[in-house]
Amino acid sequence: MSITVRIPTPLRKLTDGADEVAVEAANVGEMVDNLEAAHPGLKERLCDDAGEIRRFVNVYVNDEDVRFLQGKGTELKDGDQVSIVPAIAGG
Amino acid sequence: MIDFTEEQIERYSRHIILPEVGGEGQSRLLESKVFMIGAGGLGSPVAYYLAAAGVGAIGIADADVVDMSNLQRQIIHNQDRIGMPKVESARETIQALNPDVKVNTYNYRITEENVREIIREYDLVIDGCDNFPTRFLINDACFFEKKTLVSGAMFRFEGQVVTFKPHADAKGPCYRCLYPEPPPAGLVPSCSEAGILGALAGAVGTIQAVEAIKELLDIGESLSGRLMIFDALRMEWKKLKLHKDPGCPLCGENPSLTELVTYEEVCEIRAAGQ
Repeated sequence: MSITVRIPTPLRKLTDGADEVAVEAANVGEMVDNLEAAHPGLKERLCDDAGEIRRFVNVYVNDEDVRFLQGKGTELKDGDQVSIVPAIAGG
Repeated sequence: MIDFTEEQIERYSRHIILPEVGGEGQSRLLESKVFMIGAGGLGSPVAYYLAAAGVGAIGIADADVVDMSNLQRQIIHNQDRIGMPKVESARETIQALNPDVKVNTYNYRITEENVREIIREYDLVIDGCDNFPTRFLINDACFFEKKTLVSGAMFRFEGQVVTFKPHADAKGPCYRCLYPEPPPAGLVPSCSEAGILGALAGAVGTIQAVEAIKELLDIGESLSGRLMIFDALRMEWKKLKLHKDPGCPLCGENPSLTELVTYEEVCEIRAAGQ
């Protein structure tokens, strides 16, 4: 499945500045691994030591938060747009 | 409904002729009280537009003084005010714009000791603060005091706006449903380290002001349960769905938080906008 992933500003240094990357993945867990393969360092920013998505990072498939779907097991289909939305606090 | 003066009818005429606002809505705004945390990048446009709209009382909390490096985005202040408490500077600007508005200033840190008592007397709370512990504190305090919270945050070229009102919207989440935990210290760079596009504060803060006025007037669709994100580089706004988390420690089915906790222990980082 070819999907696009929106990369938030704080993580763009890991994607050579790209704000969107294309990746092949059947589910969110695979997406994280394939992102890591293409852009080393991304997984550590997205996942904790146990491999779970960090509590202050939200991953949306289209407009739904994967925490309320099947988490890393959430299936992806062709054309899905994934958004990574970390907590930010600037005011 | 209050009796408008001639000057008020003229001042608010462009609101009054809107069917969704009218004399009644304008009257409601003049009787509304809004509390704002932060008179910085987001607080500046929020305070400006709420004051222009004739929100009757605006409480502003900020412990900082105006600094030269603030002026690139904190437009409620100006060069003559450097060194002045931000809340005083904001008061001067607001009163010059609209003498109808009563400004209450809180020139000190908002803490678990004082926050509930302060927000109790307001109708709505605006979060434009610059750090995670305060965001969690305000969220929890608004939940306990049943106050609608219009929260805005930004980082470099990105902004987020969301309304939290679990007391009024049964399916509405709180900030802890969105982010159960703050990032550990050091993982998120601060604003002074990361930088921020000044005009982004205007885009994000103005959306907060629009949303606050809609909430006060009870018109349109609320941003409760929806996270609005803005990417200035792509010039793209997006709305994402937020769900109430049944396991939320604050507003979930079996809450473990039943009173305010000490927030500095949760996280010590200051993540932006000095």
